Amino acid sequence: MGDIPELNYGDFLHLNTQLVLQQGNHCVNYYGFPAAGKIKLICCMADDSAHTLKISSALLAEVGPDRLSSFTARHLSFHAFERELHEVFAIEYADHPWLKPLRYAFNRKHQQNRIENYPFYRIDSEELHEVGVGPVHAGVIEPGHFRFICSGEQILHLETQLGYQHRGIEPLFLSKKNLLQQTILAESIAGDTVAGHTTAFVNIRESLSGDIPADEWSFARAIALEMERMANHTGGLSAICADIGYQLGAAVFGRLRSPLINFMQQWCGNRFSKGLIRAGKNNFPFTGELGAKLGSLLDAFEPDFTEMFQTMKSLPTVMARLEKTGVLTREQAESIGAVGMAARSSGINRDIRSSHPSGLYAQLNHQAVVKHHGDVYSRIRIRYDEIHQSMGYIRQWLREIPLRVTPDPIIQKPAPGLFSISLVEGWRGEICHCGITDKNGAWMHYKIKDPSMNNWLAMALAVRNNEISDFPLCNKSFDLSYCGHDL
Amino acid sequence: MIDDLRILIHQGRQYIGDITAVKLPESFRGRPVISQIPVNGPELVELCPTGAISNEPFTIDLGKCVFCGECAFARPDKIRFTQDYRMATNVRDGLLVKEGEDRPIQVNAAGIRKEITRFFRGSLKLRQVCAGGDNSCETELNACSNVNFDMGRFGIEFVASPRHADGIVITGPVSENMADPLQLTYDAIPDPKIIILAGSEAISGGIFAGSPALNRSFLDKYRIDLFVPGNPVHPLTFINGVLALIGKGK
Repeated sequence: MGDIPELNYGDFLHLNTQLVLQQGNHCVNYYGFPAAGKIKLICCMADDSAHTLKISSALLAEVGPDRLSSFTARHLSFHAFERELHEVFAIEYADHPWLKPLRYAFNRKHQQNRIENYPFYRIDSEELHEVGVGPVHAGVIEPGHFRFICSGEQILHLETQLGYQHRGIEPLFLSKKNLLQQTILAESIAGDTVAGHTTAFVNIRESLSGDIPADEWSFARAIALEMERMANHTGGLSAICADIGYQLGAAVFGRLRSPLINFMQQWCGNRFSKGLIRAGKNNFPFTGELGAKLGSLLDAFEPDFTEMFQTMKSLPTVMARLEKTGVLTREQAESIGAVGMAARSSGINRDIRSSHPSGLYAQLNHQAVVKHHGDVYSRIRIRYDEIHQSMGYIRQWLREIPLRVTPDPIIQKPAPGLFSISLVEGWRGEICHCGITDKNGAWMHYKIKDPSMNNWLAMALAVRNNEISDFPLCNKSFDLSYCGHDL
Repeated sequence: MIDDLRILIHQGRQYIGDITAVKLPESFRGRPVISQIPVNGPELVELCPTGAISNEPFTIDLGKCVFCGECAFARPDKIRFTQDYRMATNVRDGLLVKEGEDRPIQVNAAGIRKEITRFFRGSLKLRQVCAGGDNSCETELNACSNVNFDMGRFGIEFVASPRHADGIVITGPVSENMADPLQLTYDAIPDPKIIILAGSEAISGGIFAGSPALNRSFLDKYRIDLFVPGNPVHPLTFINGVLALIGKGK
């Protein structure tokens, strides 16, 4: 922890806002925590081409008298991080363009700010109207509120108001003392990204105690990550088909997801991989028998999946709804620091599996799938290509299933006074966890960043000038997490 | 058209004919069975991440259990998770599994309100409210309506508006920020109406129990008609539980 350079705020701001302007750099996490009556800020910048991370810090006197210059005024990609700092620590910024509550966290400084009184952007006009949707939506999905300003059927502006899903998960990593409890928490950050978030957690936990993951564990985690990607992408295609009323696609992609998650159930007893990933051990050995089953599952899945996709693609009535709808330009994606498949669909080559790989990915030489139109169809097409890519990786890994480690070694205690960061490319995009241990090796702070934190603004920008009837389609094409954002 | 038919034929038969008799894989963790072998009780109580295990008599509360299975890994001679997915009940205490007992968890027919079987047996429309759920229970509730589980064949459906609903299905530990929207949604449902809690988080708070970001007061105000354990709930657990509640179960 002592090795992280501590700068004065001016230099800290200059360093990171200069870094982000360089090609291939982006912010993977920026947050603060209380430190001896002051606020310690930590900023983690990734250099995708040099495969490095630059971590810097600054120490602020709590609730300083001066309003700070914001990172966001220099680069929009910091906007959500600074809104969080403002909400939790009441840090005031002189030039932040959108300093609104982020998620109405229970530990927010101004308790009088309530979620029902969110300060929405408004336009006084007799010609425009507002549409409010949520927090409870028509389908069986998570809650969030969307406020549209429309001209007739056309969306001029969308403001996304989140926080309904806030469970106070980060402080629970500190108050729940045992490793199993913390692992269950990691599994519950976003229940559709269990492999992603739990892998990020166990990476941190193992690195802090110097435990080297056995090949068998890395293998299990990589298989789970790619299966999670395939299952969610397939489910996403089903939901997109449902949103445009293409019943055949909705039913067939929906049923194609079932064998993928049922395989996870067969392997670890849970369709969402809960229970599978554990720091320092593996409860569910991946046997040759499972490997054979997975191999034949993929052989059966591939032709049905490909046939369905190609048929869908050949229908002009379907394509008319998907092409040129919900465009996120490359410039927009760059400016807001988009990550994951949303960024890659808009021409940005940003993928932790190639830029900062660990585990099995380190030997993979992964080439990210990149699309260039940034429309709904690009985000569909990337799912299709990534599913095929994942199948290729899984088949390659299945050729050599690592031997079981017996007995499981006993995981060591975390070392004191360390900072650890973990990056995992989940199915939505880049997941970043940061953990700091105190002088006894217990958590002093734990920070989670789901890719949805970066990407909600991408969705809001992409729907502008689209018809409001296309909103569900655009929303599903990004498929962002509410609980991952709200924490 | 020909293409569509070809695709349909390629999918084969996907629906599950008898949802009461599916054989789930051995690794699936359903209703546990606890032997009477003496163990160091406090050690297992301490091991459980959500306080679902209590000692003397040795009991697992499926309303708190997150089905991680760690207790069964630690003492396979004491605890064994069976593949019995029929775990829903209308009695909270019905979720307590005691040592030495190996009997199915059931809906207590005598405890069901008369209006439920009278009005909802033929058709039940449900409004789902996610209140801090992690999207795994929600995804499984969606799966209930897919071509595999096809809950619609029993006249049970999720609907968009609470005005069209006969009841509410709550997932998640009930975050403070969802407390009001949950109440508003419930109030908008016409009487008579039912409340179903789906998943350990909804039933007890699960791993989030005690978090200062929750507000579970809604659940203290009303009678809960069905508890469906799971992390997340399995579609088969949910559908069988609801069928038993409306008097259509086997």
